[in-house]
Amino acid sequence: MSFLSKHAFIERNATLLLILSLITVLIGGIVEIVPLFYVKNTIEKVEGIRPYTPLELAGRNIYIREGCYLCHSQMIRPFRDEVERYGHYSLAAESMYDHPFQWGSKRTGPDLARVGGRYSDEWHVQHLIKPQNVVPESIMPSYGFLASTPINTKGFEDHLKANRAVGVPYSDEMIENAVTDLRAQADPDADTSGLEERYQNVTIRKFNSESSELTEMDALVAYLQMLGTLVDLEAYKQNESLR
Amino acid sequence: MHLKNGVIMSFGAATIMLASGAFLAFFAAALASEPLFSAHMGILCLVLLTGTILTIRYTDYGDKRHAGLHKALFKDTKDGYMDDVVRFGTIATLFWGIVGFLVGVIIAAQLAWPFFNIEPYLNFGRLRPVHTSAVIFAFGGNALLCTSFYVVQRTCRTRLWGGNLAWFVFWGYQLFIVMAATGYLLGVTQSKEYAEPEWYVDLWLTIVWVAYLAVFMGTLMKRKEPHIYVANWFYLAFIVTVALLHVVNNLSVPVSLLGTKSYSLFAGVQDALTQWWYGHNAVGFFLTAGFLGMMYYFVPKQANRPVFSYRLSIIHFWALIFLYIWAGPHHLHYTALPDWAQNLGMVFSIILWMPSWGGMINGLMTLSGAWDKLRTDPIIRMFVLALAFYGMSTFEGPMMSIKSVNSLSHYTDWTIGHVHSGALGWVGMITFGAIYYMVPKLWNRERLYSIRLINWHVWLATLGIVIYAAVLWVAGITQGLMWREYDDQGFLVNSFIDSVSAIHPEYVMRTFGGLLYLLGSFVMAYNIIQTIRGKLRKEDPIGGTAPSMVPAE
Repeated sequence: MSFLSKHAFIERNATLLLILSLITVLIGGIVEIVPLFYVKNTIEKVEGIRPYTPLELAGRNIYIREGCYLCHSQMIRPFRDEVERYGHYSLAAESMYDHPFQWGSKRTGPDLARVGGRYSDEWHVQHLIKPQNVVPESIMPSYGFLASTPINTKGFEDHLKANRAVGVPYSDEMIENAVTDLRAQADPDADTSGLEERYQNVTIRKFNSESSELTEMDALVAYLQMLGTLVDLEAYKQNESLR
Repeated sequence: MHLKNGVIMSFGAATIMLASGAFLAFFAAALASEPLFSAHMGILCLVLLTGTILTIRYTDYGDKRHAGLHKALFKDTKDGYMDDVVRFGTIATLFWGIVGFLVGVIIAAQLAWPFFNIEPYLNFGRLRPVHTSAVIFAFGGNALLCTSFYVVQRTCRTRLWGGNLAWFVFWGYQLFIVMAATGYLLGVTQSKEYAEPEWYVDLWLTIVWVAYLAVFMGTLMKRKEPHIYVANWFYLAFIVTVALLHVVNNLSVPVSLLGTKSYSLFAGVQDALTQWWYGHNAVGFFLTAGFLGMMYYFVPKQANRPVFSYRLSIIHFWALIFLYIWAGPHHLHYTALPDWAQNLGMVFSIILWMPSWGGMINGLMTLSGAWDKLRTDPIIRMFVLALAFYGMSTFEGPMMSIKSVNSLSHYTDWTIGHVHSGALGWVGMITFGAIYYMVPKLWNRERLYSIRLINWHVWLATLGIVIYAAVLWVAGITQGLMWREYDDQGFLVNSFIDSVSAIHPEYVMRTFGGLLYLLGSFVMAYNIIQTIRGKLRKEDPIGGTAPSMVPAE
């Protein structure tokens, strides 16, 4: 194999070795990742996907902060048992505004992609305060501090702005009203007409019964309760074959 | 630091950098747009202040007060190689290894007995990244840093390029580790597995990593050997690929320049594939290519045999680095990632089996003609076990990447067991062997304090890994089967929580397996500390003396 003897040339030139290694490792990544940004059917066209409301986004950030994704996936695979246990398999469109994605890699606890609306707010609050009170065999840690920690709303419009910078279609109006909307979603007495106009299918209620203040628990439960509820799956199923 | 008569006189530049860093961190903490950033910058300020005080405290003002200390820590070896930074790296590897294994045992215990969770800072969700980063980046990273500096100098027969830049790389990397770990406990994370640190810590690591590449490349450029030794190909590919992966996967837009939070540039499906392109190649390049570089130097050295096949090393090097990059999508089988990408990932993962075993074969066959050493040399035992676990997990990996197998194994503890046979078996054992090899040479000792204690370490670690991997196979397959079990009526048999209760015994046993591995690392730490202190344990050689000939009667 004489071509192997030519390898000595590369071995004597550090810069060449560096450049050839770099080219070698670039190929696979380019072929696999770049088309995902251009091939149109990567993300299905569905009805109902909208950016997160400020309260949901704040809840999502708490979900990330506490490392929930380490034990809970948000990605239902198209298997009979998963679809029966968790609901319709997950669509790429459902995470198109997720910066970063939260698909997860491990199910120490159940999948949460469609947990929205499955349990009451009160169940979530009690479960997060002490999981074993609701599910005795649970090995989940307690998150009682969320129920009494107020949300830091200061400058929250910057979060929407950063999301817009990476491609989430937040309008100027949404950014302007970010803090008001954040507070209004967990306050049944507030004027919520603007919030409802800006975010379709928004759920407005006090999520955390344990505190009259606006707490991190409100945000997290608001996020959990919207997970997987945005897409009209019946409409999607009728056109599934057209994809 | 500058050297005078082989003794460091002052840390002037370091003190100035640390003090101005502390000053900036103090302002960042004061002006922060949110409390988390303020807390994190406060920690940074304290760390840098401590560094400032230490450098001032241990500066020698001509009175030779600390001459002894400086001589012990900062001297070169007789060949003129810059080995003080390797010595620091060796100690850091040991220290972070123990931290990483300890946190691993703690979070394993949390899964078995949830009352070990202490909210909010010591909950599983915040400690788990501390464990993974401590083992991969702190333990593994320091092992790679110090062995690459050791190996590149000896195989190029030249001193490290860049003078004190190597010190910047070492201390800059420790600062990265501390900032990452304290961030996780505070809740500062961008939630990308093995790339959790937020934007400002990522930027810092980028600077440190470019400096590392510069030191390594600079040393290669000024080598006195005509050829670049194979170990250095692997180290170089590891350093440059990790730079690429790190930069692309961490692209994000910060909410504020004085806040922790950032939003990833990519979303959903694109973000997922970018992350697992990164994640799988953290395994492929950080934990495989880099450690293969280690293998190619230390195994032939310890066995005193040449590398088995030069041709095989060429073929498997280029094949390995080309193929690994494609394997990422096997982390996303049956997800919303398009099928074509999943299938590409699966096919390349299976092909990857071959170059992986190329490395294993080249390592094991290097021992041809030296297999008898297995009987008397526990360091060789360590290396052989490392290669065996490497072979085992690089067979298991391709198997798990087959979609039908993955449909059962994904999301279960089988994956966790697989990762640990690679990390504890391959990465851990090859590192331990390399450290056992280097320490007597670095500190100019006749031999290690005790050879027999190495044997204890070998067996404690092996037993720990075997228990760990075996019980998690059982746990993973149990979970996978329970989730998909149907009864005669066509109903799912188990609720999710049934699958959690069912594997409690396995979670207890895996904690025990991890504990054995941790114990092994304590034995190692004791042995290394005694060696550094210059002690020698009186003991019989392993395997005894060869039986003498007895005349026939």
